Amino acid sequence: MHPKRKQRLTLALAIVVLSSTAIGLVAYALRGNINLFYPPADVVAGLAPVDRAIRVGGMVVEGSIQRSSTDLTTTFQVTDYSGVVTVSYTGILPDLFAEGEGVVASGTLQSDGSLLASEILAKHDENYMPPEVAEALEAQRTSGYDTSMIREDAGAS
Amino acid sequence: MWKIIHKFGSPPWFFRFATKAVQWLLPLMLIALAVGCVWGLLYAPPDFRQGNSYRIIFIHVPAAVVALAGYYVMAFAGLVSLVWKIKMADVAMRAVAPVGAALTFVALVTGAIWGKPTWGAWWVWDARITSMLILLFLYVGVVALFEAYENPEVAAKACAVLSLVGTVNIPIIYKSVDWWYSLHQPASIKFTGESAIDASMLYPLLVNIGAFYLLFAVVVMMNMRATLLETHTNAAWLREAVD
Repeated sequence: MHPKRKQRLTLALAIVVLSSTAIGLVAYALRGNINLFYPPADVVAGLAPVDRAIRVGGMVVEGSIQRSSTDLTTTFQVTDYSGVVTVSYTGILPDLFAEGEGVVASGTLQSDGSLLASEILAKHDENYMPPEVAEALEAQRTSGYDTSMIREDAGAS
Repeated sequence: MWKIIHKFGSPPWFFRFATKAVQWLLPLMLIALAVGCVWGLLYAPPDFRQGNSYRIIFIHVPAAVVALAGYYVMAFAGLVSLVWKIKMADVAMRAVAPVGAALTFVALVTGAIWGKPTWGAWWVWDARITSMLILLFLYVGVVALFEAYENPEVAAKACAVLSLVGTVNIPIIYKSVDWWYSLHQPASIKFTGESAIDASMLYPLLVNIGAFYLLFAVVVMMNMRATLLETHTNAAWLREAVD
């Protein structure tokens, strides 16, 4: 290769490597701010600031949703399976909000450790399937079969 | 091998090649797009949780995938332009930028439309969404930078440096959902192991991803031809090729 081109190629690759390193370090340093929400475990451990707008994300605990009979207030618990935070919210909830589903609540942390939410966002996972498949999976789960066995059987037949 | 690569650097050869390629790829793209859209929007089953609203995935994901891949095409053209000073690389870089910007814009808009009914918000400053917005700015920045210089060679150099610096954003967009807590869910299509999307929805999605790649190739080549028409107006080979 022509030495001048070689020099330019080195320069171009240096631009890519150096700028990537710089931006990578910045992103690493700011990782706390890039995270959209605190997991409940961090809130329980006292890592989240009190009386400031924060977001808490996790799964809605099964059986924890309590709806007020007089207004739109809903109280529920959010967990990441190592900590639990109680959230109360007054307003209309997104369609995908349900027990056992993901949720991101933004609001302020009260001194008693609960979150007074001003916005609730539903967080869904990456699984997409037809309703029949979901029903079949649910039936397998509740009947206590080992699902890996069933899948192998279905594949063989 | 080198002969073929050298041919791509020749405007007359590329003009004829692109004319032929567009002739073949354009109908193929239209068929793939029609098959993918009809299959995805009419025949694929509804999702167990989101019902029919998930169907925007058939536009959202292909646009986003090709917007990311297109950036590497632009950055590679930038590298070639910077190191080997090949004019056609400048033309390619210039042609990719607006197409990539349009695809990124489509991905962001369909994402917002999808986000409202499922998440409950049009826009969230989530790592994935924010880095995608930066991608839009990078593409628009390259378009603007090309226009900002009088001298096309200086413009190409500046754009090449900008697109090379911007490559760091692509892995960030791709991995953002795994590295940080985000509202956007992780990828459903997995290169290794079983995809998290049912086969009945995956196949039309893959057809549409292919169609969007073809769309990208066709529009970029048409764009490059238009630039050649503009810059070589009086060239004899061009008069010959057009007649």
